[in-house]
Amino acid sequence: MHHPEAIALLIESLTDEGDRTSAGGYPLRRNAARALGKLGDRQAVGPLMEALACTDFYVREAAAQSLAMLQAPAAIAPLRRLLRDQVPDTEPAPEPPHLAQPYDALIEALGDLGAPEAIADIEPFLAHEVPRIALAAARALHQLTGQASYGDRLVQGLAHPDLQLRRAALADLGATGYLPAATAIAQTLAENSLKLMALRGILEKNLGDGPPAPHLQPVLQLMDDLL
Amino acid sequence: MKPLSDLVAAIEQAESAKELVTAVENLAAQPQPAAVPILIEVLGYNNPGAAVAAVEGLAALGSVAVPELLTQLDGHNYTARAWAIRALALIGDPRGLLTLLGAATADFATSVRRAAAKGLGFLRWEWFPAEVQAMARQEVLEALLFALQQDEEWVVRYGAIVGLEGLGRAFPEWVEGRSAWRAQLQTSAVADPVPTVRARAHHAHQRLQEMTAPPLPVAASPLNAQDWQTILTNLYQRRAAEREANPTPDWDAVGPLSPPSQD
Repeated sequence: MHHPEAIALLIESLTDEGDRTSAGGYPLRRNAARALGKLGDRQAVGPLMEALACTDFYVREAAAQSLAMLQAPAAIAPLRRLLRDQVPDTEPAPEPPHLAQPYDALIEALGDLGAPEAIADIEPFLAHEVPRIALAAARALHQLTGQASYGDRLVQGLAHPDLQLRRAALADLGATGYLPAATAIAQTLAENSLKLMALRGILEKNLGDGPPAPHLQPVLQLMDDLL
Repeated sequence: MKPLSDLVAAIEQAESAKELVTAVENLAAQPQPAAVPILIEVLGYNNPGAAVAAVEGLAALGSVAVPELLTQLDGHNYTARAWAIRALALIGDPRGLLTLLGAATADFATSVRRAAAKGLGFLRWEWFPAEVQAMARQEVLEALLFALQQDEEWVVRYGAIVGLEGLGRAFPEWVEGRSAWRAQLQTSAVADPVPTVRARAHHAHQRLQEMTAPPLPVAASPLNAQDWQTILTNLYQRRAAEREANPTPDWDAVGPLSPPSQD
């Protein structure tokens, strides 16, 4: 895909000063940061790394997500600095619980980027009071270590009373490829479309070329039954 | 077993979304034909958990639920309609055939297309009289090939492969003679952009090769002569509409058929 003009405009929008909320946020920057991740043009990596230092919490969140989508390992160091809350002039989220940083987005990005040097930074978040952030930590730590205990932590999330949390756990498991979770995913009280997405994620982390190996065929059966 | 009136009252008096789900699950766990109207009503409640349970209950009841499900399709509540189509896909009753053909190829909701595509592969083929069966399976094959080739959503293409595998199991010798069927599964196994779809196509291909063909049983159906006449007439209409849209249909594959008589 080539959208040279759109990319240039979106990059320019990352430093826009015109569009402000009453609380001082930058809605245009947020949208530009999100779009740049989806368009997949690597020219955006440098400008998105600069956007990680934006005062607006949601601009930092969108930039972290997009840098993960762009598979930009150069972002690992600035993402870790943010995770340790070492970047000056970054304002907390405007809503309660007024998180200092978009921890779940930062942690997910570090996991997706495959940053083992971040393991020690991420571990304390397993005990974070916001369940969504604790799940993100388990997801990233499973990606970075492959340890089953982290996958099992996500499986526990599938039984959380809050539907939003169950949905998040489904997405997290899809990102890890933790095969023993397949049956629990199929039984989760959530939309079949999300369960199918999660099982697809698990399957594709384990697939090679050619026919699926026998130990993966039960995953296909679970998917067939969810259609 | 609790009396139906108690189970229905629990649904009507549910005070929270969660209570409603539990009440519908309790009813669906004891499927009885008299529960069909209330189960169908639940499809329109805008409570996905309750709708899932109601669809399961309707699917367990099978053909007795079909006439009322088809009536529901005329309603204006789109969500309820989508759930009703999912129930029809699970039941596999031939009276749902035309609905599933249309839904698999043209519904705007992905979840409806994927359910319909799978359902088309698992119709109660053993109930069909020979003449209707020949035409119906050809329409099903074409609809599934269309979905597999054209649908932009991976999960619908996945559903189409599951449907094609089901069709292959029902009619192993017939599909063997349809080169498009085998060729499209092989193409999807190597060329679909989504690895999961490729894997499912490989798997279907492999399982069909390993299959020892069981002869399709012939069984008495709950459909009457008028039902079959309606299905056949609708199939002819669908075929005529396709012929108008596509000037070179694959008529050879169907074989000679006479138009339905009107008696």
